[in-house]
Amino acid sequence: MDSQSDNDSHSKMDPSHVHLPQPHLPHAHVPGEHLPHTSRDIHINALGIGLATGAYGLSFGAISIASGLSIAQTQSLSLFMFTGASQFALVGVIGAGGGAFVAIATALLLGARNSLYALSLSPRLDLRRRAIPAAALLTIDESTGMTMRYSANVQDRRRAFFATGLSVYVLWNIGTALGAIGASALSDPGMLGLDAAIPAGFLALLWPRLTSNSRTENQKMWTLAIVSALVAFLLIPVLRPGLPVLCSALVAVGASLIWGRNSASEHLNRRGQ
Amino acid sequence: MWPIVLIASLGTYLEKLLGYVLPHSMLERESVRRMTGLLPVSLLAALVAVQTFADGSSVTVDARLLGLVVAFIALVFRAPFLLVVVLAALSTGLARWFGLMA
Repeated sequence: MDSQSDNDSHSKMDPSHVHLPQPHLPHAHVPGEHLPHTSRDIHINALGIGLATGAYGLSFGAISIASGLSIAQTQSLSLFMFTGASQFALVGVIGAGGGAFVAIATALLLGARNSLYALSLSPRLDLRRRAIPAAALLTIDESTGMTMRYSANVQDRRRAFFATGLSVYVLWNIGTALGAIGASALSDPGMLGLDAAIPAGFLALLWPRLTSNSRTENQKMWTLAIVSALVAFLLIPVLRPGLPVLCSALVAVGASLIWGRNSASEHLNRRGQ
Repeated sequence: MWPIVLIASLGTYLEKLLGYVLPHSMLERESVRRMTGLLPVSLLAALVAVQTFADGSSVTVDARLLGLVVAFIALVFRAPFLLVVVLAALSTGLARWFGLMA
């Protein structure tokens, strides 16, 4: 089973060599990889990340109820979808009156990055076939991030992945339940400003993607975010609810083409010199 | 509502599963990596705009904008997620309570 791994050269597993869209941990403290670590460290950090995520499970539960879903539907999303940004997006689009197709498409587009995480985790975890369905469910920003950090050997990587995934899964679901039950006890969620919690939540999910990379990368991301927001804003009166958000995906496609060509030509220039 | 919840859940689960089934060499495609990194930024930014200004198919400026500004300031000061959301909701709720904004 472990054919591939324990003695992987360090450079191959060094996260800095992995050119992935980096998972963004929500304000969790993860030690640098230079620190010595034991399984206890891994478990403590996994618990810390779980607690931080559980706290925002509370807001997901409340917002989902305010968007018109029942407690059971809200809980099902946390149990089976289990990927925060897609869950927020789904209930956000439904709450705004977007149709079923648009809500599902938006959630799927946001969830596409999980395929990429799974793709890069697959050789690092080197799992038995039977373990893959469970591992797939737990494949999210946080578990991927922790696996990349504890990269020394396959046991540590598996421990980091499953400890983080399970801790977030349990606490995210407890948070969801408490938030949903709390919000459904309110008579008028709008009066409490819960509708304003939705865009604030999206901004908070977006924030680490705008601020945690290199300076030039951050500038690119800010540009992309502002143009996308502007496009969606201008399309509000033109298209059915929900569609403006889907159209903003085209901005990402455009940016990908433009920046892809630039980086390719830069590469050629550098080689020419 | 249930069909939406179940289909979307199944779809996002299959996305995750897909990564364990596809050959690892997919990762070497620069364009695939770039797209999956950029998509969430575009979609989340668009969701911020729409959820702040849209009322059905019309654009309105109401107390939600105040909440967003408060959230922005909280994020600049590195507030954790839950605090950001609570502050946004609180400021919007208070503005409405005092009749300052719709």
